[in-house]
Amino acid sequence: MSKNTKRLVRTLVCLALIIPALILQYALANVDICVWFVVFTLIYLLSSYDVLYKAGRNIFRGKVFDENFLMAIASIGALILGEYVEACVVMIFYQIGECFQSYAVGKSRKSITALMDIRPDIARVLRDGAIQTVEPDEVELGEIIVVNAGDKIPLDGEVVFGRSNLNVMALTGESKPLAVGVGDKVLSGTVCTDGQLQIKTEKEFYDSTVYKILDMVENASGKKAKVENFISAFSKYYTPFVVISALLLAIIPSIVTFEWKVWTFRALTFLVVSCPCALVISVPLGFFGGIGGIGKMGVLIKGANYVEQLAKANVFVLDKTGTITKGEFSVTDVYPPEKRQEILRYAYICESSSNHPISKSILKECKPFEFSGYDFEEIAGKGVVARKGDEVILCGNESLLKDNGITLAAQQYKEDLTKTLVYMSINGEFLGVIALSDTIREDSYEVVSNLKKSGAKVYMLTGDNKQTAQAVASKVGINDCYYELLPHDKMQKLEKILSAKDKRDVVCFIGDGINDAPSIMRADVGISMGGIGSDSAIEASDAVLMHDNLSSLIKAKTHCKKTMGIVKQNIVFALAVKFSALLLSVFGIGGMWYAVFADVGVSVLAILNSIRTLKTK
Amino acid sequence: MKKVIKLENLDCANCGMLLERTVAKIDGVTSATVNFMAQKLIVEIEDDKDGVLEAVKKSAKKVLPDVTLLGV
Repeated sequence: MSKNTKRLVRTLVCLALIIPALILQYALANVDICVWFVVFTLIYLLSSYDVLYKAGRNIFRGKVFDENFLMAIASIGALILGEYVEACVVMIFYQIGECFQSYAVGKSRKSITALMDIRPDIARVLRDGAIQTVEPDEVELGEIIVVNAGDKIPLDGEVVFGRSNLNVMALTGESKPLAVGVGDKVLSGTVCTDGQLQIKTEKEFYDSTVYKILDMVENASGKKAKVENFISAFSKYYTPFVVISALLLAIIPSIVTFEWKVWTFRALTFLVVSCPCALVISVPLGFFGGIGGIGKMGVLIKGANYVEQLAKANVFVLDKTGTITKGEFSVTDVYPPEKRQEILRYAYICESSSNHPISKSILKECKPFEFSGYDFEEIAGKGVVARKGDEVILCGNESLLKDNGITLAAQQYKEDLTKTLVYMSINGEFLGVIALSDTIREDSYEVVSNLKKSGAKVYMLTGDNKQTAQAVASKVGINDCYYELLPHDKMQKLEKILSAKDKRDVVCFIGDGINDAPSIMRADVGISMGGIGSDSAIEASDAVLMHDNLSSLIKAKTHCKKTMGIVKQNIVFALAVKFSALLLSVFGIGGMWYAVFADVGVSVLAILNSIRTLKTK
Repeated sequence: MKKVIKLENLDCANCGMLLERTVAKIDGVTSATVNFMAQKLIVEIEDDKDGVLEAVKKSAKKVLPDVTLLGV
C-alpha cells in the first residue's frame, strides 16, 4: 500500500468512527461530557497524528508558516475551545482533500511524462560483429547501431542497411509513417515500426534530437511567465498576511466585546485558509500541460513566458522563402536557351561553394564535373564571385552585376514576374540568366487570412526582387511587404516594427531558422520552421514548428490562448473562494470545515482544470 | 555550472516554492528553480566555489525533510 492509500484508509476509518459517535452523543444525552471529550479526542489523534508530528518537527526547524503547522494550531485550538467535533471533522476533511490532491498531482505528472516518453532506454550497437546492448550515451560517433521493429531510434544517424516505416508522431505530431531506406537520415526519438535498420550514428546522444527536445521541455519551466512571477510574489506575502490578520482578529474584537471564545474560533478558521497551494500548484501545472499539449501538435515552446506571449501575439512578421513558400526552388528556364550548357557549367563552379537554398537548387540542374583552383567569395544577399587568375565569374542578383559595372542586356527576361532570377557574367561580359521558381505553401493563404481575421498585422520580408515579392504577397493576401532586403536590412525592418509597436503589442517573427537567426532572436517571439535537424534553429528560436507547414502556428496560438484562459480561471476562482472564505469567517458564517473546503477543495478543482491544458483537439 | 537534483515525494507546491527561495539565497547560487511537475530542483552554481552544492543539499533537507534527494 502506498503512503497515500494508507492515509486515505486511516481517514476513512476515522470517518466511519465519528458518525456513530455523533449519533450516540445525540441519543444518550445523559452521559457525562468528559466521556465524549475523550472519544472525540481519540478519533482526532488517530486522524491527525502525522500532521501533528510534522508540525512539531517543523517548529524545531524554525519553519512556522507551514501547512501542517497551521492545520495543527487551528484544530488544537478548536479542541481547547471545546469544539471537539469540529476539530475531528476539519482534520478528516483536510486529510481526504490532501489525498485527492496528491492523487491528482500524481495523475497529471504521469500523463505529462507519458507524453514525453520518447527517451530511448537502450541502444543495440554492433561491435566486433556482435550486438551489444548499451545505454544510448555510451555509443560513440560513427558506430553502427541496430534498430529492430518496435524500438525507438536512440541516436541521429544515416541508414546504412535495411528499410523501415518510421513513426514520427512523437517528434512532429505527423501521423503518416515515414518510409526510409539506405542513405536516408533518421532522427532519434522516432520509432521503427517494421523491418530492421542499421544506422551509422552521426551525433552523440547529448547532441541528438531526442535529448535536445527532452532537455528543452524539461527546462521549459525555468522561464517563468509574468503570471507565474505574480503568483510567486503573492504566495510570499499571502500566508504571513493571513496569519497576522488572524492574530489581530483574535485579540482586538475580544478586547472590545470580551467574547474571546467566538473571535478566537473565527481566527482559527482564518488559519485553515492561509495556504496559497491551489494557486501555487495549478498555475505552473497549467503551463506545463499547455507546453505538453502544444508539443503533441508538433510545436515546441521553450517556456511558459512564450506561451503567454504567443497567446497575445498580434504582429506577425513572416520571411518569404522557406516560410510562406516551400523554399524548394527549381530551375524553370535558362536564357538565352542556346547557351544553356555554358551557363550551367559556370553556375556549377560558383554555386558548389554555397549553401544557399537557391544555389542548391541550381546545382541539382547541373551536370557535375571536376574543376579546381577557384577562389570563392560569397556576398550575403547578393551572390557568389569565383576567381581564378584573370577569370572572374559572377553569379547572383541584379545588384551584384550592377556593383561590378556590368550592363544587363536583354531586359525581356524580367517579364516573368514571379520568378527568381540569377544573373551570370564572365570576365565583365553579361552571359545569361537562370530563372527559378518557388512554390507557395498550400496553407499560407489560409494562415494569413486567419491571422488577419483575428486582428493581427501581417508583414512579409524578403531578399527577393520587387516583382516576385509582390506577386507572392498578393497571392497569400499580405499587403505590407518589404523586398530586396539583405539579412541586416531584415533586422532593421524588424527593429523598426518593434519600435513602432504599442506597449501591448507582441511581435512574432517566423523564419526558416538558418538565415534569419538574428531576427528570430530579436523578436518578442522568434519561431523557426521545420527546425528538426537544424541545431542552430532550435537554439535561436523561442518556438519551433516541427511540421514543415504553417498551419500548426495557428493551432499552437489557439492552444496558448486556451492555456492562458485556464490559468486565469484558476487564479480568479482560487482567489475568489479564498477571500470569500476569509470574509465569511470574520462574520462567523459557516464552520471551520467550510474553510477546509475552501482550501483543499479549490486546490483539487484547480488541478483538474489545469489538466485540461494537456488535451488537444 | 548547472546541477539538477531530483526531488522524490515532493507533494506540496508551496514547499517547492519555499525551497526555491531558500536555495536562491545561498551564497554561490546564481539561480534556483523548482519544477514541481518534473520533481526537480535546477540550480546554477558559480564555478569556482566549493561546498555550494553541499549547502544546497543541506538546506533542501532542512526545508523539506520528507523529500528524498536523488541524482546529485
